[in-house]
Amino acid sequence: MLEIRDIYKTFNPGTINEKKALNGLSLKLEDGDFVTVIGGNGAGKSTMLNAVSGVWPVDAGSIIIDGQDVTGIPDFKRAGMVGRVFQDPMTGTAATMEIEENLALANRRGQKRGIRWGITAKERAQYREQLKVLDLGLEDRMTAKVGLLSGGQRQALTLLMATLRKPKILLLDEHTAALDPKTAEKVLNATETIVSKNHLTTLMITHNMRDAIAHGNRLIMMNEGKIILDIKGEEKKNLTVEDLLHKFEQVSGQEFANDKAILG
Amino acid sequence: MFSWEETHMNVALYFSSLNPLDLLGRLPAGAAQGLVWGIMAIGVYITFRILNIADLSVDGTFSTGGAVTVMLILAGWNPWPAMLVAFAAGLLAGTVTGLLHTKLGIPAILAGILTQYGLYSINLAILQMKANQAISVDKYDLAISGRTVNLTILITLIVVIVLIAVIYMYFGTEQGSALRATGCNQEMSKAQGININAMKVIGLALSNGLVAFAGGLAAQYSGFADVNSGRGSIVIGLAAVIIGEVLGEALLGKHLNFAGRLAFVVVGGIVYYLVYTLVLWLKLDPNMMKLFTAIIVAIFLAVPFLRAQQKSSFKRAGKLSRQNTNGKEN
Repeated sequence: MLEIRDIYKTFNPGTINEKKALNGLSLKLEDGDFVTVIGGNGAGKSTMLNAVSGVWPVDAGSIIIDGQDVTGIPDFKRAGMVGRVFQDPMTGTAATMEIEENLALANRRGQKRGIRWGITAKERAQYREQLKVLDLGLEDRMTAKVGLLSGGQRQALTLLMATLRKPKILLLDEHTAALDPKTAEKVLNATETIVSKNHLTTLMITHNMRDAIAHGNRLIMMNEGKIILDIKGEEKKNLTVEDLLHKFEQVSGQEFANDKAILG
Repeated sequence: MFSWEETHMNVALYFSSLNPLDLLGRLPAGAAQGLVWGIMAIGVYITFRILNIADLSVDGTFSTGGAVTVMLILAGWNPWPAMLVAFAAGLLAGTVTGLLHTKLGIPAILAGILTQYGLYSINLAILQMKANQAISVDKYDLAISGRTVNLTILITLIVVIVLIAVIYMYFGTEQGSALRATGCNQEMSKAQGININAMKVIGLALSNGLVAFAGGLAAQYSGFADVNSGRGSIVIGLAAVIIGEVLGEALLGKHLNFAGRLAFVVVGGIVYYLVYTLVLWLKLDPNMMKLFTAIIVAIFLAVPFLRAQQKSSFKRAGKLSRQNTNGKEN
């Protein structure tokens, strides 16, 4: 479903701030793969997601989504294939617009936007049903401005928006990191429900190793812009946090010195 | 030289020279002008409030609209199609600003200034290299005129209602929603597949189209097109937007929907011109009006910021802290 072929990305090339963020990264996801991504700060996790969504062009390599080479097209044209949820709950929604208006915008992702009504009565009924799945009571506040919602509610809404039109690939960039533990769990459960129900191919970055082990069918670990560990199936099911830390030290020769990664 | 009696006499003379009936008689003309400028202010609202861009091209496009309209009417056109061409000229000018900003990476404010500056020459060329061109309501069939104020108010009011209805509906469409989203959150808009650059160009074009249309009406109202007629119009537009918002929020608060907001922008334009009429009636120097307007706009733009600061300032925190420790040093 997604194939990343040997991509490179360097930020600020030729300056003292030069940063090789992606260093010959390759990854292939099968249809329905739910991959959790872990790695230290600056490992290139978010950069990989930004490359897939097309925030900027890569320096070299190819990105293929569902058989189509998308390397040469910008993010807003890829959006029909890609669903995204960001770390910051403010990023994924339009605060001054209503809940239903935000959903209507998302429902037209990848389509031409013309002079037809921005939202129809039929859609409203559909959104009401879909909002019920989130179990946050948003279905009764559909004309409320999104700016009035809490971070967790906004994040759950963004998740629904990202999956309203079934994306070829769903990109979750630490989408629960800014939430309190209880809300984070709720959003994570909603993620699990939506992903499995729609059989979505998903890349989920997390700083929480337990979450990385508990969710998905595959786990990758990144370091210095490359994948250094790729664990699937039975092997992943039997993983422990200690295993992961040990493996990280083995492969990278460094200590995974980040309490947040362990304790989440 | 100066005696109190003399001053008293002068004050008394000044007030006795003011005729309240005269003010009453002038108000309709102020309202008519306010309605015309209210349309201009709706254009400013689209860029300033919806797109979150301060677009200064309008100073040029307002004159362009007047110039195009007057020259076409002089050439024998009916005023309405002439104003439609003025609208199209505004669309074009706004598109130029939009492309300078999105395709060439020039900051929006500077892009607007460049368009406005360049338009001065173009406007002169349209006016056949004259600073102004008169158009008499006696010789030509005009849509509105300062000579027939009541009829002008009626016609302009109908135009305003139609425009608000059309704009309200447009911003409810898929494209209009995408435009609003672009002004609110660019990151999110791109993630939802919206071409934000295209939306900015469309918004700037529409805004300048409306401003040029208003310029066409204003030229007919005053009976001439002037290459300088648009100078400072961005500030008057902003004043109308801000006055309208303050009034709208005060009167309707949370019940204010989008159509209501647009209506109150026009009300803001009317209030502005009624104040202007009052200033003239008080025999204050109208040249001071620009300073007065600039101060009003600066104050109202500053109010939300100062309010937020008042709620959370170091000064306040320090004072609270001192109160809690009763001024005792620890």
